Amino acid sequence: MAKIIVVTSGKGGVGKTTTSSAISTGLALRGHKTAVIDFDIGLRNLDLVMNCERRVVYDFVNVINGDATLKQALIKDKRCENLFILPASQTRDKDALTKEGVEQVLNELKEMGFEYIICDSPAGIEHGAFIALYYADEAVVVANPEVSSVRDSDRILGILQSKSRKAEQGENVVEHLLITRYDPERVARGEMLGVADVEEILATKLLGVIPECQSVLKASNQGVPVIHDTESRAGKAYADAVARLTGEQVEHRFLTPEHKSLFKRLFRRSA
Amino acid sequence: MSKSAQRASTVDRPESFQLKGGLFPMTLLELKSTDLAAIKLELMEKVTQSPNFFQRSPLVFGVEQLTEAQQESLDLLGLCTLCRELTLLPTAVRGANARLLNECAKLSLAILPRSRGKQSELTTETPPAATETTEPVEVTKTTTASAPTRIITTPIRSGQQIYARGGDLIVMASVSAGAEVLADGNIHIYGALRGRALAGVQGDENARIFCSSQEAELVAVAGQFMVDEVLRTNHWKDAVQIYLAGGRIQITPLPKHN
Repeated sequence: MAKIIVVTSGKGGVGKTTTSSAISTGLALRGHKTAVIDFDIGLRNLDLVMNCERRVVYDFVNVINGDATLKQALIKDKRCENLFILPASQTRDKDALTKEGVEQVLNELKEMGFEYIICDSPAGIEHGAFIALYYADEAVVVANPEVSSVRDSDRILGILQSKSRKAEQGENVVEHLLITRYDPERVARGEMLGVADVEEILATKLLGVIPECQSVLKASNQGVPVIHDTESRAGKAYADAVARLTGEQVEHRFLTPEHKSLFKRLFRRSA
Repeated sequence: MSKSAQRASTVDRPESFQLKGGLFPMTLLELKSTDLAAIKLELMEKVTQSPNFFQRSPLVFGVEQLTEAQQESLDLLGLCTLCRELTLLPTAVRGANARLLNECAKLSLAILPRSRGKQSELTTETPPAATETTEPVEVTKTTTASAPTRIITTPIRSGQQIYARGGDLIVMASVSAGAEVLADGNIHIYGALRGRALAGVQGDENARIFCSSQEAELVAVAGQFMVDEVLRTNHWKDAVQIYLAGGRIQITPLPKHN
């Protein structure tokens, strides 16, 4: 039975698209047939992050309007045979998405045998974000350890609990909290909210903590989801998060300041 | 223009003044007794606590909490004199009976109609009197509370508003910043209150708010409210109960037992 997972946050720029590409890649690498859909109509960037922007012929809106079939629009990932991307339209806007149209696409994906469908939500709480979370079975709420991001994530959690289809049917969307751009040194100095603070305010189960890492920008520029960079801390943290998403128990890493050996301090800048 | 028309036009648009409606904040002295000696003593105490607030403030006397007998025996002249000695300026009387109306006319005081039900009167800016002893609050039987208590077990998220109409509200989680919980009756929060809580919204002054950790943006009981700035100095992050006493919000810690 396919699982629809929405990656949302409320606040913009916290790492939704980075997370969507990493998680969908991670799941596909573990052998699950995975589709990732870009719901950010008009401001699409999932295709950039996954290096398929030059292979976009048909997009999500085309499929909803019947201009193309889903098979024509889905782009197979070059690095991962289980992974497929459904890009957004760049020329239209969010009103082109309808509840019925989205439901049809999701049902067709389920029929095609996809095990996981990741919905990359746009920022905000308006129509685009709402449509992305409406059909979700599970939600990964991305937050930076920073007050406005946490407040906005709280808001989107409220919307998930009250306006999603599961909520309308009296059920619950399974919620996961993913903290991104975490800097343990700054937390130790008291400059940044710690994991415990964020968990307390949001009262949501922690899926993972992704440390602030320069590899993320590199990955995005190269169009390679950061989880492929198995040397980087962010890549490792995302791999842990994907494991937890599939039900494994994994210890949280990268939560405490790194103990820098003299060697490291002499020869390497902090990653 | 004819002479009468000319005269009419000057009356309609006077040249030496303009008549407009205006809303001005005034301090209301709601009398609970006619003992001028006691009033003088207690008023002097309040004035020394916040002298700037009371300097030449216009004052309105409220007499609706006095019994008929008390209204008959009230020495209005004496009251005005003692107030003026403290630089308070009696301006009007609200809710006066026939005899007091007469007195007002003699003393050139304005007459204000009776208060209409539960109009929210803002709490005065005087800092809350530091009374550690709990004042015995009269618990009169509430006439509303017609709905069963509403219980919510999930956190109240930012942007959500919950209103328990006709009864109490129990929240078995925290109320986030930016969220609002309202009830006609009491509000119990078995978690942190980080948002706003308004109890007794239909006017029940006996309603209370209970929470495990007071970190609120605003609390209100029957229209009297207290905001974040004052709340931060008042048992912040403690387990407290919030209620009205003497028409003002009081916050006292909940009894601890180990």
